[in-house]
Amino acid sequence: MSQQDIPTREVARRVFAGEFNSATYTFTESDAERAPVYALLPTGAPANRVYFVGTLTETEDVGSDNEYWRGRVVDPTGTFFVYAGQYQPAAAAKLRELEPPAYIAVVGKPRTYTTDDGSVTVSVRPETISVVDAETRDAWVLETAGQTIDRMQGEDPELEAYRAMVAEAYPDLEEDIPAMVVTALESVDGAVTDELPLA
Amino acid sequence: MADIDTLAAEIGEQLGDQKTVTTEEIGEKLRTLIDEYHLPVSEARRAVISAVAPEDAPETMGRFDDQQAATLDAIEQAEEWIDITVKVVELWEPGSDAIAQVGLLGDPTGRMKFVSFTTSELPELVEGRSYRLENVVTDEYEGRFSVKLNRTTTITELEDEVTVGESTESVTGALVDVQRGSGLIRRCDEEGCTRVLQNGTCSEHGEQSGSFDLRIKGVLDDGTAVQELIFDREQTAALAGIDLEAAKEMAQDALDTGVVEREIRERVIGRYIEVHGPALGRYLLVDSFETSPETPDPEDLLVRARALS
Repeated sequence: MSQQDIPTREVARRVFAGEFNSATYTFTESDAERAPVYALLPTGAPANRVYFVGTLTETEDVGSDNEYWRGRVVDPTGTFFVYAGQYQPAAAAKLRELEPPAYIAVVGKPRTYTTDDGSVTVSVRPETISVVDAETRDAWVLETAGQTIDRMQGEDPELEAYRAMVAEAYPDLEEDIPAMVVTALESVDGAVTDELPLA
Repeated sequence: MADIDTLAAEIGEQLGDQKTVTTEEIGEKLRTLIDEYHLPVSEARRAVISAVAPEDAPETMGRFDDQQAATLDAIEQAEEWIDITVKVVELWEPGSDAIAQVGLLGDPTGRMKFVSFTTSELPELVEGRSYRLENVVTDEYEGRFSVKLNRTTTITELEDEVTVGESTESVTGALVDVQRGSGLIRRCDEEGCTRVLQNGTCSEHGEQSGSFDLRIKGVLDDGTAVQELIFDREQTAALAGIDLEAAKEMAQDALDTGVVEREIRERVIGRYIEVHGPALGRYLLVDSFETSPETPDPEDLLVRARALS
């Protein structure tokens, strides 16, 4: 029996909002009907699932007939847009109930949408949304910084093909990802190691 | 004579490409040695292999000549012939008639699955007893090793009990999912059966009320790999803060056992944890965990990030 006969769970990539929102190119790796769809991260990795932690700053029911909830989740580099409707009842209920601001952890799938003017926006279809603490948020920022740097340094030989794909898919990527990682780290660095200023 | 043919086939398969004789010829030699010279089966096997394997196959020959006592943690290759000293930790229900016994063996270095086949006609191993098993073959499936007993395996029961150690693994990541079958479950009451009931029915022993238990089947993800976890009743209580009594009360109040799984999801998903415990199949059985695993040093990361810009 080959490995392909056993469906393996897709890993949840760690990616900052700034990079994630630039991941507009999607692809599949086989022609099978239910082949998983991947968003190509600009640092050179396929993402069928992501895990991120940030501050839920706003929720809104943007649906017309049915409830369709949108949440804005902010990390040190940008904003994740999370959409949950009738097919994600638990996540939709969460967005309905939660009072921003709150630290939340989201596990979900990247989704792209092409607008009328042809530009592509990237959002998240959540599988789970849970309330977490500030410690978890900081741990996520550090972990995501480390894994983003790892991807940029190209240390994983299994990702070689995706690095080649990036050059074709994003010829004029403007996002300065190293600077983004520095900004993210400085936000945690200050929060964790510095004393609070005296009032 | 079917027995000798089976043994001949096993030897033929084991020699693989290095085989210079047919399985029938191997059978002939075995018959001579066993029927006429009354050699024990294991000796006959050895003699036939020495005789038929070509000179230029020292590696394969070496394996048989140097066959030694192995510890379970030293097994890292399939198709090795080894001798092990083990305790039968657990016997499982064989999934097919071809399998006589299947279960878990342990020694001080860890635990490993074993299989013995009906055609080998070996004496039965008893759960909890310790044995010296000579001439077992290692096997591998998706990176997990097991041992197969075969017709040539000799089984000697030991008086001294073998201590079973844990080959503990540690994994750190975020709990990204809690799978169905978590929370308040009911297990079959039939002796020796601990199957989880589905709609009040055991797949082996039919409909019954069963006994309540609590567990979490979780998915840990570190951004590069996924590990499935099982938390038993005690570890579930420690992680989710819900013990069996509390879970039963919750289920009674809600008239629904599913409420426990939902509450557990609510409490544990999204958290970072470091777990420790033995690996079993695709699961890691959690013995202990920490909820605030170490994070990378921000200063080191800053240095690396600045070097890239």
